[in-house]
Amino acid sequence: MKRILETVLLAVYVAVMIVASVWLGRQAYSWMPVPATSEAQQIDELFSFLVTLGTFIFLGVMGMLGYAIITCQAPPDDYSEGHPARGSLKIEALWTITPILLVLWISGYSFKIYQRMDIAGPTDILGHKHLSSMQGGEPNYTATTPSKSNARSAPIIEVTAKQWAWAFRYPDKNVTSTELHLPVNQHIRLVLRSQDVLHGFYVPEFRIKQDIIPGRIINFEFTPIRVGKYLLKDSHFSGTYFALMHANVYVDSQENYDRWLAVAATQPPAPAPNLAAAEHAESPKRVFSSNWYTVLPAAPPIVNHSS
Amino acid sequence: MTNNSIQNIDSPIDPEGSQGELEEWWRYFTFNKDHKVIGIQYLVTAFIFFLIAGFMAMVIRGELITPESDLVDRPLYNGLFTMHATLMIFLWIVPSLVGLANFLVPLMIGAKDMAFPFLNALSFWMVPPAGILLLSSFLLPAGTAQAGWWSYPPLSTQNPSGYLLNGQLFWCLSVVFLGISSIMAAVNFVTTIIRLRAPGMIFFRMPIFIWSVFSAQLLQLIFLPSLTGGVLLLLCDLSLGTNFFQPDRGGDPMLYQHMFWFYSHPTVYVWALPAFGIFSEIIPAFSRNPLFGYRSVAMATLALAFVSSIVWVHHLFASGTPEWMRILFMFTSELAAVPTGIKVFAWTATVWRGKLHMTTPMLFALGGVVMFLFGGITGVMLGAMPFDLHVNNTYFIVGHFHYIVYNTITLAMFGGLYFWFPKITGRMYNEGWGKIHFWLTFIGANLTFFPMIPLGLQGMVRRVASYEPQYQFWNVVASLGAFLLGVSILPFIANVVISWLQGTKAPNNPWFATGLEWKISSPPPKENFDEIPTVTAPPYSYGKPKTWASSPTTEG
Repeated sequence: MKRILETVLLAVYVAVMIVASVWLGRQAYSWMPVPATSEAQQIDELFSFLVTLGTFIFLGVMGMLGYAIITCQAPPDDYSEGHPARGSLKIEALWTITPILLVLWISGYSFKIYQRMDIAGPTDILGHKHLSSMQGGEPNYTATTPSKSNARSAPIIEVTAKQWAWAFRYPDKNVTSTELHLPVNQHIRLVLRSQDVLHGFYVPEFRIKQDIIPGRIINFEFTPIRVGKYLLKDSHFSGTYFALMHANVYVDSQENYDRWLAVAATQPPAPAPNLAAAEHAESPKRVFSSNWYTVLPAAPPIVNHSS
Repeated sequence: MTNNSIQNIDSPIDPEGSQGELEEWWRYFTFNKDHKVIGIQYLVTAFIFFLIAGFMAMVIRGELITPESDLVDRPLYNGLFTMHATLMIFLWIVPSLVGLANFLVPLMIGAKDMAFPFLNALSFWMVPPAGILLLSSFLLPAGTAQAGWWSYPPLSTQNPSGYLLNGQLFWCLSVVFLGISSIMAAVNFVTTIIRLRAPGMIFFRMPIFIWSVFSAQLLQLIFLPSLTGGVLLLLCDLSLGTNFFQPDRGGDPMLYQHMFWFYSHPTVYVWALPAFGIFSEIIPAFSRNPLFGYRSVAMATLALAFVSSIVWVHHLFASGTPEWMRILFMFTSELAAVPTGIKVFAWTATVWRGKLHMTTPMLFALGGVVMFLFGGITGVMLGAMPFDLHVNNTYFIVGHFHYIVYNTITLAMFGGLYFWFPKITGRMYNEGWGKIHFWLTFIGANLTFFPMIPLGLQGMVRRVASYEPQYQFWNVVASLGAFLLGVSILPFIANVVISWLQGTKAPNNPWFATGLEWKISSPPPKENFDEIPTVTAPPYSYGKPKTWASSPTTEG
């Protein structure tokens, strides 16, 4: 009788597990900021898959543990022995092989997702069409850009990070800015450089991230698909004013993007305001101040357009 | 415990022995070569650093309760999280586990002491000076190291003060000293476990705790020189003007990242494996069942040590890492889930149809397993490299690894301390206060570390002193949790101090557990065993009536 009861309970619980896993997997899309690049959609899909699988395993083990804790407690002074079973080859083989298959599934699926993303990064072996590797020397994008006769050729934007400011240069129009404007639905190519320490390019809505290594030039590519205003953050700890190293990112319609570039090109270059420099000049009141030495904020970028 | 009388006939408590322990308190401040004294020295020293580092964490959480930077200035904030991590890792987790292992390994394998008692004392006595050196950097005009516990160059070598004596130098020296101390300890543990096992204690009769200490210390031996060497090179860059990692002078900052993680990933298993070992001792004892699949758990321990040594690049997925490396290391990283899965399933199966006793150590062990499951699942998510590109360097990572280092490893440590408290001190702890400690810790830990998961998903970057207002809700929850976690330690301290001084005398084997350490008096006599026991049976022989009451020479 107890056996039957337990079987029924198990069946019900497995059903609950499946429903809960699928439901949480669906919910997972809403736990992250809106996806604003095509890569973001891929990553959200992967995350939803991981949450579904993870929930199923978590609830499975928790169910077993919880059931045992509730039903198997001995009276406090009863230190008599449980059962002598030391293991079972069948069960142990099962719980070795199943995780192997699961992790292969997860890795394989992640690999598929990664193939669908087109983000370049330090080097590329998946055969996406990127700018040639530009390690060490000056970037050779000017040579490759015209060869792409595509009408909507991807704009190339140079990104420079320094303690603690972002600067963007649009070489085609010779425009510099501390705001990053991107045309929507176009494959964007960024050329990332750092003038001092490690930094990281991260816009949460874009989902992807790339560290910027001083002394190297790193390509970074993605396709924004949603018009809006976002916040670029430095994702790699870069010292005292790290938390202030932000820049506004605008994904514009092609029309607005062109207009912005044209207007910016007419503006004379001027030093941009900078949060780190401002706070360094006049630090806000704190309960405890160490007054330890800090690296001074680098000279603010001189740009055509600043926010 | 009605059966106390039975075993006390076996070998009655030696009242003079435990009396002598307390009267000789000064031994703990000397260069003592007894592994039990050294074990306690390690544990108490590490716990003091744990309290200091925990206090720093509460200041950090105090800063993060509001979006603005308003409690401490930014250099101090950066110093605090750098020192919090460095202390917790190098001066709490590593030495506390070494301390517990020091006390237990000779007892559990039937040895009179460690293989090299002098080296053992030397390893310990390098720890307090290194810790004090590190902490003293708070008094320097240049302040402490502020580049995070990774100390990635070129940030870590910037030295804005221009002083020769700066926090980063102190950090490097301290980590190098602690590295040397740990390498010496590793030599000692590996030799002890290979050479000093009692007759009959073949590898497949060793308790899982011994397997896990063995695997963990092998990792220390093989990989720690990489970090120690890397940090020495960093020190040369910082203070002697070399250019190993300086990109503007032909050096490569990526080289440091690889040297750092080449050790610092395996080291996660140096901490985690002994924690798993503790679970594997506590859970069978309070389930009254043998550890399910003992051999596969033992092999999984070694397998995990192996896999952990070929996954370090997953810390660098978003760094200057080529695509082939991203893909290769994604596959190896996910493999780590297999041996860890085997362990979690084995503990679950051990509990299944057992006779459970929800004592304080058991609560900590089961609580630790549950939270490890969560930490492990978020770890598998992070191994899925495309997803990692989103949450890398966000609070998702911080949440994930605190579920491992606090909610799993530190809980295991507490569980182990309660479990072996009677053996170490010869006194029983107070069960009621132990349970209060558990529930405060369990609730506090989840309140503190769970909010970091949604924060990371939403894109809150780690190591920021100020943040956008949309992140405030979860930060307030985490901060309140952290303050609760701070309070949760008080009943533990009170319990340990009062029980050690006034607790009821502990019998040899209060839990009716198997294992050689339970066959001898509590606390153990000076040379542990009058006569080296012979082991004839595998460990965890629960499930057979009264094996624990049999003669000490029959069974491991």
